[in-house]
Amino acid sequence: MDELVIANKKIKSRFFIGTGKFSSNKIVPDIIKSSEAQVITVALRRIDIHATESKDNILNYINKDCILVANTSGARNAEEAIRLAHLAKATGCGNWVKIEVISDSKYLLPDNYETLKATETLVKEGFVVLPYISPDLMDAKRLVGAGASAVMPLGAPIGTNRGLKTKELLKIIIDEIDIPVVVDAGIGKPSHAAEAMEMGADAVLANTALATAENPVLIAEAFKLAVQAGRKAFLSKPGIGKELASASSPLTGFLR
Amino acid sequence: MTFYDVVQIFKDFDYDSFFKGITDMQIEKIIAKDKLDKFDFLALLSPTAEKHIEEMAQKAHNISLKYFGKNVLIYTPMYVANYCENKCVYCGYNCTNDINRKVLSLDEVEKEAKAVHDMGFRHVILLTGESRKYSPVSYIKDCVKILNKYFSSICLEIYSLKKEEYEELVKAGADSLTMYQETYNEELYSKVHLGGPKKNYRYRLETPERACEAGVYSVGLGPLYGLYDWRQEAFLGGLHGAYIQKKFSGVDVNFSVPRIRPHAGSFNDLHEIDEKTVVQILLALKLFIPRSGTNITTRECSEMRNNLIPLGVTKMSAGVSTEVGGHTQENPGEKQFDTSDKRSLEEVREAITSKGYFPVMKDWEPMVS
Repeated sequence: MDELVIANKKIKSRFFIGTGKFSSNKIVPDIIKSSEAQVITVALRRIDIHATESKDNILNYINKDCILVANTSGARNAEEAIRLAHLAKATGCGNWVKIEVISDSKYLLPDNYETLKATETLVKEGFVVLPYISPDLMDAKRLVGAGASAVMPLGAPIGTNRGLKTKELLKIIIDEIDIPVVVDAGIGKPSHAAEAMEMGADAVLANTALATAENPVLIAEAFKLAVQAGRKAFLSKPGIGKELASASSPLTGFLR
Repeated sequence: MTFYDVVQIFKDFDYDSFFKGITDMQIEKIIAKDKLDKFDFLALLSPTAEKHIEEMAQKAHNISLKYFGKNVLIYTPMYVANYCENKCVYCGYNCTNDINRKVLSLDEVEKEAKAVHDMGFRHVILLTGESRKYSPVSYIKDCVKILNKYFSSICLEIYSLKKEEYEELVKAGADSLTMYQETYNEELYSKVHLGGPKKNYRYRLETPERACEAGVYSVGLGPLYGLYDWRQEAFLGGLHGAYIQKKFSGVDVNFSVPRIRPHAGSFNDLHEIDEKTVVQILLALKLFIPRSGTNITTRECSEMRNNLIPLGVTKMSAGVSTEVGGHTQENPGEKQFDTSDKRSLEEVREAITSKGYFPVMKDWEPMVS
């Protein structure tokens, strides 16, 4: 049975989704349904449990059987990420947290160093920590050492929809890191998601690609299928593509 | 080095010759580029670029969709005092204007905050005139502490402070700063600011940098359009944003394009700009700094604001009163200017929704307890 397990939790779908950028909270349940996603991230800064109108609270739109992962968007250092994680727990978001520490407003690249510091603290406090990182092998190893439950390296900067620009680095992380690797950010279309899964990523997260599509519900389904296809392709150990046709006059034909 | 040094570089720049040399082909190439340099940006402010406004709009729309999604954040201003020591010729709060001056007591601030919170707002801007006598930093700090109980985000739109003073306010719970330079032209600045502490051009120009050093998360910038040549103002405004973004990489930069509105002042030598120009400026800024936020205030009318949404607007005010205590006081203090868009929160929400966008009430979590 091909199961994804994170922090002892069996996860049915290898397609994770983010809930920002959509045209309405109302569309989120339909997205969850068509994507069959089980792991859903929400920016803590967007959660308003005391919202004057219930439609303003995103949590009212996420099924209870989903695994809610609060992210620490807005944090510029470890201390702020830790604070936001604590608030997320106090807000009823559970203890799964995606650490997002960004002190670069131009490219929105994550700060691996501060992310590692926040991970060390939050793991000790009992959080299930999923750190969002630039794909650096040594940092990924340090995060494993710190007790992260998965690592979430980026394919390209957030929101760019550019695909797997960091492919070579992602491959190395997938090969060398023994905890689940979830490719996050930069996934712009289903084929990107399939490519990540074929490479052996354990899961993929997308948000902008869904939110900016004209039909977010339909593309969510397309992503689900692409992730499934990519996973099956990975498991089937496909033949290696050849750039050249087999030579009719082998160079080592004399070795008999 | 500060942004003042950058302004000096362009003091004698020959804008006219630059604009004359810009061709349609150049504009088309610039629009197709991934990354614009400062002269590309200036070219987009040229008369030639006016003809390409639709292509610029398409690009800005796509950029904004990628980075900000279909979200527009809603906020409202809270005026707590309008005493002022400045003589700004374009402003209703000018200390020589005989208007109804007022400063809210802290109880009144709390009452106003509760009313604004119960309307549904979570992001507010705190505004005062410049009076260290009637609205000193200690008073503003007390206000921030009160607002902190009701709101997720508190932006300061007050007089220029020292870095240490900003640090105090950040510690009390303020997270953002709006500081309009009014005009980047030093000579004109001196002419339209006849007296008061605000007369110091350089001190005001460097204010966003002091606030960033003190730890604010977000700054709003822009000249007041109508005082001077808009192309030069927009150019330096954009460079100011780029400078802040580079120097303080964790700070979000936001632009707005405020145009002079009718007010109790007397300044008449206006360089008025039309709606098409407002659009050209907004688009050029978005193409130059793709991750910059775009804020449209109620200085623009409701129709214009609705139409601007898909062009990359990320923030809009609603339910605006520019009067001191305008949400609760029976006799509020004089308004700063006439708003063009008098819609309630619900009306603005509906307008955003009808454009296919999501009116977001909360998109920040205070980093102080």
